[in-house]
Amino acid sequence: MAENQSSIDGVRAKIGEEWEPRVYEIEKGMIQRFVQAIDDPNPLWQDEEYAKKSQYGGIIAPPTFILIIGFEQIQQQVSQSIPYGTVLHGATDLECYQPIRPGEVVTVTTKIANIRQRQGKMGKMVFITFETTYKNQRQELVAKCRQMVIGY
Amino acid sequence: MTEQLYYEDVAVGSEITPLVKQPTTRQLVMWAGASGDYNPIHYDKDFAQSRGLSGVIVHGQLVGSFLGQLITGWIGEQGSLRKLSCSYKSMNFPGEALTCRGRVSKKYVEHGEHYVECNLWVENVKGEKTVSGMAIVVLPPRGSPAS
Repeated sequence: MAENQSSIDGVRAKIGEEWEPRVYEIEKGMIQRFVQAIDDPNPLWQDEEYAKKSQYGGIIAPPTFILIIGFEQIQQQVSQSIPYGTVLHGATDLECYQPIRPGEVVTVTTKIANIRQRQGKMGKMVFITFETTYKNQRQELVAKCRQMVIGY
Repeated sequence: MTEQLYYEDVAVGSEITPLVKQPTTRQLVMWAGASGDYNPIHYDKDFAQSRGLSGVIVHGQLVGSFLGQLITGWIGEQGSLRKLSCSYKSMNFPGEALTCRGRVSKKYVEHGEHYVECNLWVENVKGEKTVSGMAIVVLPPRGSPAS
């Protein structure tokens, strides 16, 4: 476990440090695949004609869509810093300020907010909380999210 | 599309019409592809079993998105979801029905906006709460220009 401990201490040393922002262009196909994966029939997410007549004037993404944007950065960090076999989501806190539309460009900035360890029924468990902010191409805040990931 | 819900339509204790989802392994693969979450615990049965599980498990965020679907379907097009919190308490397995439920816990007007808070949870077939959470939404009031 000595090796695990040193990688966890490495994560702890980086708490609060923002990662290099990454930029994502939101394509309609990404939203479509997301909606199909959830199996959500809401026409606002997919039906161009319907959405055009709505207050939004066009397709928007469901609020939880933003969770997948830049998520691979968290995954990479987790696989480097939790060298355990099992990684699970513990909690998600999402705050939405604006809907996301196809064609928008989202800048994702993540930092580690917290890490803690505890002896659980599955052995030593580690809990890492990530904080992410999402801005659009106009530099307006579109969402914020805290995600807690559990490794053991 | 469902009918528009208005602030006046809900009271503390009002129940959200439940949403039943039946995630399959195919849906987990679709979610993995859409979300980029390729953790093998969600598609590789041998791996899942090597980690002491009976089989692959449903992605937490897929279930979180089911709660998002519950809320956005309920609040209608003119409602907006401002906050969604989920805590994943225990695992969900594909092939088992999940019932997404919610109940209004609070309603108030602040800065001219009409807020409704709800407690949310997901029940498995045994009636166990596998996910609990809350949402804050803004609803249009009746008689507003948009209604």
